[in-house]
Amino acid sequence: MFPRVAGLLLALGVAFFPACRRSGERADLTLAGSTSIQPFADKWAEVFMESHPDYGVNVQGGGSSAGIQACKSGACQIGMSSRELKGDEKDLVEIVVARDGLAVIVHPTNPVRGVKLAEVKQIFSGDLRNWKLLGGPDREITVVTREEGSGTRGAFQELVMGKTRIFRGAITEDSNGTVREIVAHDPYSIGFISLGLVNEQVRALELDGAAGNEANILNGSYKLVRPFLFVSLGEPEGHAKAFIDFVLSPEGQELVRKEGLLSVR
Amino acid sequence: MKGRGKTRLERNDRLVRLALLVVAFSAVSVLVVITVFIIEQGTPVMFKYGLKSFLAGKDWYPSEKAFGLLPMIIGSLYVTAGALVIGVPFGLACAVVLTEFSSKRVRRVIKPVIELLAGIPSVVYGFIGVIILVPFIRETFGGPGLSVLAASIILGIMILPTVISISVDSLQAVPPSYREGSIALGATRWQTVKMVLFPAARSGIVASIILGMGRAIGETMATIMIAGNAAEIPGSILKPVRTLTSNIALEMSYATGEHREALFATGVILFIIIMVLNTIANATSAKRRRQP
Repeated sequence: MFPRVAGLLLALGVAFFPACRRSGERADLTLAGSTSIQPFADKWAEVFMESHPDYGVNVQGGGSSAGIQACKSGACQIGMSSRELKGDEKDLVEIVVARDGLAVIVHPTNPVRGVKLAEVKQIFSGDLRNWKLLGGPDREITVVTREEGSGTRGAFQELVMGKTRIFRGAITEDSNGTVREIVAHDPYSIGFISLGLVNEQVRALELDGAAGNEANILNGSYKLVRPFLFVSLGEPEGHAKAFIDFVLSPEGQELVRKEGLLSVR
Repeated sequence: MKGRGKTRLERNDRLVRLALLVVAFSAVSVLVVITVFIIEQGTPVMFKYGLKSFLAGKDWYPSEKAFGLLPMIIGSLYVTAGALVIGVPFGLACAVVLTEFSSKRVRRVIKPVIELLAGIPSVVYGFIGVIILVPFIRETFGGPGLSVLAASIILGIMILPTVISISVDSLQAVPPSYREGSIALGATRWQTVKMVLFPAARSGIVASIILGMGRAIGETMATIMIAGNAAEIPGSILKPVRTLTSNIALEMSYATGEHREALFATGVILFIIIMVLNTIANATSAKRRRQP
């Protein structure tokens, strides 16, 4: 049994230091942080390096909080955060590079088409437990949430729940993909994922009468929107500035639009 | 000349002994390093917020500094107990059939096949659970399907190879004279199994159960996939549940600061539980060796 325990703990140790995992090659510029932004940052870095072959851009995950810390300590030049900065993090310079909507999703066969944001809050706080109260079948609602520490959960907490806790009995999964997978197979479930990741397996609910699309987000009627931030210690310069300029350029913004995010231009 | 040769041999001998000692201790030192590391990382936060709030708290909201591990401790125990309820009867029945009620040829085929079960990666068990078992439970019994029941069934299957192979070994170790004596007294084969073999092989069977228990409590991947991971004490076997191992694996990727330390604290508690089980297992198997 000891080798198993040892293996688990060793794996733990390695996993706790995500920043150590992917070094190597030459990196003139390192980005670290939110795993929600990471795939898009990878895309930006890839295209950026095609036009600037003499630059090495290294993108790492680790989560928003870890990325912000890494940026503060100088371990990376740009931190990526999918939540607003808070407390002493506000000293950092922040640049909004894209926006992402959050979608509240249900099974495609669910007769409920839309809910009020206040009802979403009641569902996730455990006060509203049956679909019947929303005009659906007389079945208990299976609530699916993300784990503590996830940027998506942080954004949902901030935008929908406020100070109210997500109730303890909610099923907890550790990625957008698994949440979508569970909702796609359980006809009585509800969950939240990034708007860009909604596909035909699930249906996004209208919130307060507004469907989650670009027009509604821009005119402000769809409220569940979070910023994707790049943060840096002081005004970005050198390689970091060149990269951020590229990200904010029409070409860089076109890339995120293609991937289902909202551009900031 | 003769004396010098002997010295060289002696010197070599000492060198080899020293090298082996270093290698042996490096294995032990890994354990020491891990133990010290998780205790050093995990205990400060436990004492800061009080041992009681960790062990008896029901709220796990690390972002609000609520680190109650009770739902996970109970979750681990429920799931492990469920795995034993399912795995042990099947495992023992299988072991008895293999040793007492089947020919050597059958045993030679079946036993390696069962041991092969141990080689299936846990993620595959989890995947099968999600694809087949979870929808089945949801449609038959209601609830979300991701539940104590689903986790117990899958873990029960996962501990089968451990329970079966160690039980088979200990049943086979019972001297044939016991069996023959019982039959000669007019007992049937089932009576022999029940009244002679089980008592004689008892400590081996107990050890097999405890090792199976260790496997069930330490399992992570399959549990995360099928248990639903709700950090609440489950009210029924159809409710989702989170185990200690799932708690660590689920949240480690984003955890920072005290949240991360609280995950190490979860590891400390898990470590203590597994240590206790291991000690019990060692004690019972030591007892087995002393028996004839």
